Amino acid sequence: MVNIIWGVLLIIGITYGFFSGNINAINNEIIVSGKKGLDMILEMLPILVIWMGLMKIAEDSGLLKKIANLFYPVLKKIFPSIPKGNKALGFIASNIAVNMMGLGSAATPFGLKAMEELQKINPHKNTASEAMITFLVLNTSGVTLIPTTVISLRMLNHSANPTQIIIPAIMATVCASIGGLTLDYFIRRKNR
Amino acid sequence: MSKISIIIIPLLVLFIVIYGYKQKVNIYNSFLNGAKEGLVSTFNIFPTLIAMVFAINIFLKSNFIEFFLGFLKPLFSNLNIPFDILPMALLRPISGSSTLVIMNNIFEMHGPDSFIGLLASIIQGCTDTTFYVMSLYFGSVKILKTRYALKVGLFADLCGIVAAFVIANLMF
Repeated sequence: MVNIIWGVLLIIGITYGFFSGNINAINNEIIVSGKKGLDMILEMLPILVIWMGLMKIAEDSGLLKKIANLFYPVLKKIFPSIPKGNKALGFIASNIAVNMMGLGSAATPFGLKAMEELQKINPHKNTASEAMITFLVLNTSGVTLIPTTVISLRMLNHSANPTQIIIPAIMATVCASIGGLTLDYFIRRKNR
Repeated sequence: MSKISIIIIPLLVLFIVIYGYKQKVNIYNSFLNGAKEGLVSTFNIFPTLIAMVFAINIFLKSNFIEFFLGFLKPLFSNLNIPFDILPMALLRPISGSSTLVIMNNIFEMHGPDSFIGLLASIIQGCTDTTFYVMSLYFGSVKILKTRYALKVGLFADLCGIVAAFVIANLMF
């Protein structure tokens, strides 16, 4: 998917640049875009490093596990098809907790483990189960308390208040999750 | 509200450190280990980001969007939606790094504290890359028939983007 989009963006951009007489700007962009990418990384790097450091403390002290446990009762309601005591729920809880702390890449292993457990109780091995779909909806509309990359890029561009967007972003995330879970619920009910 | 967003991170840091001491964790060592991981994962996204800055900036500079979707402009201005947000909303479910680049462009052009800058920040912060997550997670357990997963995932993204717009209008 990204493979196609990346190439198409370049082909359209350069071809249309020739047609619109905008090729000067394109030429310039080819030369300076690498530097722009470097600037973005340099701005994000220190914040990501500090945040990952803090989160390792949270992980080693069992705080992340504790946060994950808070989700248990709610998750049981959202995933009625997962049997009691199944390990999948624990991995899903950890995945959400770690995602919430803005550690997308660290959350992935928990997510993959959750999928593995869900696959074990899936009767049709090549078809997505209801629980899997619910999990992915929850994951893609993922609640992120601290969007570290957004904050760092706001700083790069001299925002007066880089963290101002935290609460509105959480509110929007909650809307996305509720919207997704509601549609998921109705489709599941209709399929019965 | 902006008070809360200023104290939320300091409070979280304070809590993490105190909790670490309470659980008798060597917090300094833990921090260093995590920082090392952070360094590695940042370097891992570096090529992706450069690739995306390259393609996205060339595409945006060509003004193709203006040519192709310019007819939508009156509709957007009637609804009070900034036109420049359109490519970001369209690409959000497909590629997270591409929208990160678009967001940075919007910051450069309009400033991070402008309405469109705040809107872009919320959109980037509120959903994850649906296509990527689905292909990664379903691929890992060899699921071929994904049924209604994509439909629901994209619907959640749409809810998030609409909510971002409504919230930005109410708060800023």
